[in-house]
Amino acid sequence: MAQLRRTRGRAALPYLLLLPALAAELLIHLVPMVVGIVMSFKQLTQFFIRDWSTAPWSGTANYRMAVDFHAPVGQALLNSFWVTCAFTVLSVGLSWLVGSTAAIMMQDAFRGRALLRAAFLLPYALPVFAAVITWSFMFQRDTGLINHVLHDQLHLVKQKPFWLIGDNSFTALLTVSVWRSWPFAFLTLTAGLQNIPRELYEAAAMDGAGVWQQIRRITLPSLRPVNQVLVLVLFLWTFNDFNTPFVLFGKAAPKAADLISIHIYQSSFVTWNFGSGSAMSVLLLLFLLLVTAVYLFATNRRRGADD
Amino acid sequence: MINPPAWFRRLRRLVLLLLTVFTLTPVAVMLSSSLKPLQDVQGPWRWVPSHLTLRPYLDIWTTVPLARYFTNSLIVAGSATGLSVLIAVLAGYAVSRYRFRGRRLFTVTVLSTQMFPGILFLLPLFLLFVNIGNFTGLALYGSRGGLILTYLTFSLPFSIWMLVGYFDSIPRDLDEAAAVDGCGPLRTLAQIVVPAAIPGIVAVAVYAFMTAWGEVLFASVMTNDQTRTLAVGLQGYATQTDVYWNQVMAASLVVSLPVVAGFLLLQRYLVAGLTAGAVK
Amino acid sequence: MRTHRLPAALALTASITLTATACGGGSTSAGSNSSPKTLTYWASNQGTSLENDKQVLEPELRKFEQQTGIKVNLEVIPWSDLLNRILAATASGQGPDVLNIGNTWSASLQATGALLPFDQATFDKIGGKDRFLPATIASAGAAGKDPAAVPLYSMAYGLYYDKKLFQAAGIANPPATWDELVADGKKLTTGSQYGLAIEGGNVSENVHHAFTLGMQHGTGFYDAAGKPQFDSPQAVAAVKQYVDFIAADKIAAPGNAEYAANQSVTDFATGKAAMLMWQAAGANLKSHGMNPDDYGVAPIPVPVGATGSQATSSMVAGINLAVFKNTKNLDGALNFVKFMTGDDEQKVLNSTYGNLPPVKSVQADPAFATPELKTLAGVLQGSAAPLPQVASESQFETLVGTAVKNLLAAAAAGQPVTEASVKAELTKAQQQMPAS
Repeated sequence: MAQLRRTRGRAALPYLLLLPALAAELLIHLVPMVVGIVMSFKQLTQFFIRDWSTAPWSGTANYRMAVDFHAPVGQALLNSFWVTCAFTVLSVGLSWLVGSTAAIMMQDAFRGRALLRAAFLLPYALPVFAAVITWSFMFQRDTGLINHVLHDQLHLVKQKPFWLIGDNSFTALLTVSVWRSWPFAFLTLTAGLQNIPRELYEAAAMDGAGVWQQIRRITLPSLRPVNQVLVLVLFLWTFNDFNTPFVLFGKAAPKAADLISIHIYQSSFVTWNFGSGSAMSVLLLLFLLLVTAVYLFATNRRRGADD
Repeated sequence: MINPPAWFRRLRRLVLLLLTVFTLTPVAVMLSSSLKPLQDVQGPWRWVPSHLTLRPYLDIWTTVPLARYFTNSLIVAGSATGLSVLIAVLAGYAVSRYRFRGRRLFTVTVLSTQMFPGILFLLPLFLLFVNIGNFTGLALYGSRGGLILTYLTFSLPFSIWMLVGYFDSIPRDLDEAAAVDGCGPLRTLAQIVVPAAIPGIVAVAVYAFMTAWGEVLFASVMTNDQTRTLAVGLQGYATQTDVYWNQVMAASLVVSLPVVAGFLLLQRYLVAGLTAGAVK
Repeated sequence: MRTHRLPAALALTASITLTATACGGGSTSAGSNSSPKTLTYWASNQGTSLENDKQVLEPELRKFEQQTGIKVNLEVIPWSDLLNRILAATASGQGPDVLNIGNTWSASLQATGALLPFDQATFDKIGGKDRFLPATIASAGAAGKDPAAVPLYSMAYGLYYDKKLFQAAGIANPPATWDELVADGKKLTTGSQYGLAIEGGNVSENVHHAFTLGMQHGTGFYDAAGKPQFDSPQAVAAVKQYVDFIAADKIAAPGNAEYAANQSVTDFATGKAAMLMWQAAGANLKSHGMNPDDYGVAPIPVPVGATGSQATSSMVAGINLAVFKNTKNLDGALNFVKFMTGDDEQKVLNSTYGNLPPVKSVQADPAFATPELKTLAGVLQGSAAPLPQVASESQFETLVGTAVKNLLAAAAAGQPVTEASVKAELTKAQQQMPAS
């Protein structure tokens, strides 16, 4: 390493190695994002999309409309924001819980473990559209599997509930989301578990530690670095997820399941108001940057303390 | 865990059974529905088809040009994965092995792009592609190339991040030994680091592939009839007059099969590769 | 000291892009004839599948090629994508030469300036404005402006009723007024069978019915100056009447509130519902195994003694054909429009798809003399009104249609639907309309 660093003429090498990545990010993400920010200050409606450089500047009007929580637009955005937060917290939490439970339970070898592990990876491997459209088929009120089981077979409910409209749509969305993302948590945590030396458990068992104590004292602390990465990644994916609600509900999601990505899509593409859609996106971006910065700062500091 | 007691094993059996049901029910629904005539899937749910039929598996190819969409998806997701992994390996190596000015700025910037809501840059990106096309004649809009370029960046931040972690876990002694033997940095990367990082690279590749394979939003705006991918193309079974649920399910199964098979083949690497960087 | 670079880099990229986009967009070129030998045509999905549409259209396009030597590249676009693709084409200036649009989008797309206006001279090139039914021309752009498109396929809503179920319930004639419809519906609602099927999860269907009922109550959802009036007492009454089919009258199954995949057509075809309000459902019913003799078609009911616009029984439904202003083959594009709206093609295409021809000269053709189409033709000529032809029509469709969907969902879940709750939902829709 020291040698590498000392070599002259190679100072440019790391930059050359980074160049393709930088160029791609610049072209696909950063430049369009800057344009998006510019758009958010314009009154970019259907009258101007043919040549949006002629769209009049609207100052902060788009932002003011988005955060005016007394007017319907702001109210709807705020509602969508809270729905998204609740959805993200629950989905990430449940995915993590289910994933780690399964990973811990499958830590020891038993007959059929390999088969089960393969089965558990299926939701992650199925294409989003195929998986989610199947769920929407299952959630249909009159002809779906869910109500058939709940109502016709188990008699758990008196009346068939709606899943794709109304308040239950939140539950439906959460179910699909957890179904899709817990295998990733499972996979990651399984990988993490494999790095825990077996001797630790043996030593603990000798000390008379039971199952819970082994999990609490050995498993969970060893998984902490994995969890840090996992939770952040799941958070970002879930918060920005567009594919799942779009396939499940189409262009207009029910209020209870109106995730922010769909909400912004509706505010820009469906109602042709790209300025206001962009303003909402910028607000969303700022929020995500803030959360991630806080998260990274917290975890970095801890890592610093560990060193 | 050492000597799990009987109650734990019973609990384990119950939990794993429930999870299996939860996980596999949609797959069972797909399979059962894909073997039903259309009236069955439009009526109340039934586990067993009123009569078994393979018609949906034949009809899927003529209702929409499934084979073309499938080829498009393979080309787009495959190329995006290959390029994304290549670029991520180069960048990950630089960040892991060199201390240079702007290193931190680079990591933060790249990582933060993971947060961009797609909807914010969809229209600008689209306009940018069109402009590039107007100036250079390079057809990005509507072509597979444009989509490949877009998708490769979707998985790039996470891939770089993971690979930096993975490369960090590979002992630097190996690099230095290679350097002593007279290997340049790029040969060291190709001959020492990459082979040692195969599990991590496979994990990243699978992730990149799945991201590109399932993307709906950009594909719906940026493709045309000739370049449409499966994620959007499967919507073609919902037509003006009908939703051919049995065909949707059959087509979903058919297109998933190769992906799932490949995924399961690679899962060994995945488990090893996903977190090695973070753990060590 | 590293941090100050990010803003600098961003500023640089911003300036690069701004200069780039300033030269871009669709403003620069306006109709030329620089590539006279080819045309690109975006067709909407009219048949049973995208491939089916291709099979229908491609032989016709070959005829056109033989006549003119112009090769037409066809792309059939699913409805889920069509509007986005048109937006993308508008924003980039890279679109097809000729395209199908839902006729309700006409004024909205007209406002973008991306479509070629059909002025007198242009109309003359395709055989004149008088060839088309006035109602269909009225749905091709804002009043007082040159239409942004010409009618291609037309449809109207009719009340489809199941003859056997009507007979079994002892009802001799289809209802002509809403009171009769509700009374008949109640008679026909027994056990698992319902009087009426509605497509409550489908935003467009909802807004079409809300509009027709609105006209009957005396509102077109916009005032004379083109300002939205979504929550006027008339609009509230209209929407409430529709929602009440589930909420109060209980003649439609609660499950209808989530229907968005034409399940109501299936329900009607399979005898689960005795009535259906639909546009040109014949082909669809046939594919579900329902014989044309088994159902009758009547105009949608109107209030007792209604006349004039209050006797509106349908929106003017249909598909329009538009020419993209940026076309590089203007003459060819207009030639193609003339071909598609010509007598021969009108007959072939409309009869294949089970639609009505918007062209007067073809209407008397025996292909359109079925009882279903005769009734719908009567509606189209006599009692159909176009949806508001204003620039914000597409927002109106989305917002009001969604409001109705939400109200139906509430009704289906057993929540009370009152005038106040309807008004609140409609007010919310109106306040989400863009200011200008």
